Amino acid sequence: MKNLYEELCKDYRFREGLHTCINCGTCTAICPAAEFYRYDPRKILDTVQRRGDDEIETLLKSDTIWYCGECMSCMTRCPRKNGAGLVIMALRNLSARLGYFTESEKGRQLYPLTKVLNGNVLNLGYCVHASTFAYEDHPESGPVFEWVLNHKEDVYARLGANYGQEGPGAMRKIPQEDLDELKAIYDETGGTERLELVEKYSLAKAKEMGMTPDEYLKYTFTHCSPGHFNSEEA
Amino acid sequence: MIYQGKQKIWSDYQKEIPDDHWFYVRSCIRQNFFPASEAYFVKVVRDLLGRDLYETPHHTTCGGIAYHSDTIPQETAMTIVARQFSLMKEAGYKNLVTSCITSFGNYCEILETWREFPELEARIREHLWKACRREFDKPEYVCHASDVIYKLRNEIAARAKFRLVNKETGEPLRVVEHIGCHYNKMFPSKGVGGAEYPYVLCGMVESWGGQVIDYPERRHCCGFGFRQYLVKANRGYSMSNSHKKFESMEPFRPDMIITNCPGCPYFLDRWQYVVAETQGKTYGQGGFGIPVFTYEEVAGLVLGYDPWDLGLQVHQVAPEPLLDKMGVPFNPETKYLGLNKKDILRPSLPSGLKCF
Repeated sequence: MKNLYEELCKDYRFREGLHTCINCGTCTAICPAAEFYRYDPRKILDTVQRRGDDEIETLLKSDTIWYCGECMSCMTRCPRKNGAGLVIMALRNLSARLGYFTESEKGRQLYPLTKVLNGNVLNLGYCVHASTFAYEDHPESGPVFEWVLNHKEDVYARLGANYGQEGPGAMRKIPQEDLDELKAIYDETGGTERLELVEKYSLAKAKEMGMTPDEYLKYTFTHCSPGHFNSEEA
Repeated sequence: MIYQGKQKIWSDYQKEIPDDHWFYVRSCIRQNFFPASEAYFVKVVRDLLGRDLYETPHHTTCGGIAYHSDTIPQETAMTIVARQFSLMKEAGYKNLVTSCITSFGNYCEILETWREFPELEARIREHLWKACRREFDKPEYVCHASDVIYKLRNEIAARAKFRLVNKETGEPLRVVEHIGCHYNKMFPSKGVGGAEYPYVLCGMVESWGGQVIDYPERRHCCGFGFRQYLVKANRGYSMSNSHKKFESMEPFRPDMIITNCPGCPYFLDRWQYVVAETQGKTYGQGGFGIPVFTYEEVAGLVLGYDPWDLGLQVHQVAPEPLLDKMGVPFNPETKYLGLNKKDILRPSLPSGLKCF
């Protein structure tokens, strides 16, 4: 695809996030990600403002656009009321659509994120759910949460939740008719197409890397190469 | 009246919060990690203070975490939210209250985008009709649940059995308040006090007798960062941000932390555990951490509810030092019991962080 800048301009977030940017760098100064990663949102804005297809394509295939935490601290401080975070969301969206995300380590993480989060949304009606939250994947949740997970029904009942039951309340079972509506929304709005695209590009990349889908899923969820952090020696 | 200078700026950030008749939507993270906080929000607002608060079992996630993890298109997220609005319309409500800060930010972002780009709102209406045969009205007010407790803070104070005061010294407890980023950083005018001087938690702390601590990294993100926590390979980002805050607040000797976001109390609690286990450093006194609470948990303690009914047993940082300071009675023997005193074993204890 050519004219990537025009493609980005179709995204409302891109227009809102960039339109009066003067490249002052306040977004970088306030950015928690820039403090941690080798990341400079000002440079990203500068690159897209130059509108060059090749440069934008390189950006869409890079780790750089995946470092942001979308805390949106940049929106608060921007003297022109822009938001680098909004531009990042538009760049990520285009990278996903075009399959460019598989060209970077951080971009490839879109595969486990997409599977887990949307599996929860479509099957359970939640983005996060204790039934799919594995302690071994989350040792930082502590022994207390390991205990919660091992005694879900009892603990949630003790805490006033309605775990897996019909009716209102925390952790209730979302009725199938409502899950069907979520699925219909995904089908209508491009959500399902996005899931299928991410799956297709990811499985092709897994094959290229000589991994089974399960191996690729685990690898992208856990692997961190050197070179991402400010604290590392250049 | 002519407003001048700071007085005018401050007036821009005073948020109108309706007093009654709320349509309540829950938080994915809080239901999993702090379900008792949501239960006590309903109990305090509806049962104790007599407000009309309605929840339908048919509402779902707003999709905010999937959206901010960049896994779904913007129009998918917007149409899920439009469906929530449709449920609100069906139920006859106009004031939406969200339990989640990500949802709150999501709703604000969507309504602002539709305001600027009405053609997008029209397209979402079409999507919702085609997908679900539903129509919706936009809410008259969107508030976060902490706005509602802020609004009701003095009614809670009037019923207080305990205050945020050290019972031994009579001094106000020293409280760190931490605001979730998406409460006010995207749209400062949508939060009480804006992004620079948010007052939603300060108002509660002051009304209930505590003293708010100012410290250098007060407004820094807790480090959730969506994909930066959800993907195991990225979690150093999340912990580093919380760690930066702990180091910054430590010299001010806080007695407790109060938060208004679903993720923040989890991260500020759990990363203290990880720092203790990996670095051997603790930020409270005597090997304990600094206890971290939701605003409903603090309201519940002030109102005299049992700490274990409020769910404080599912924190990793022990809340007992704070309970002792406030003079809140608790039974250590019942901390980990299930309903009807059912024995459901106990969690193992960390090695580097003192817990009970």
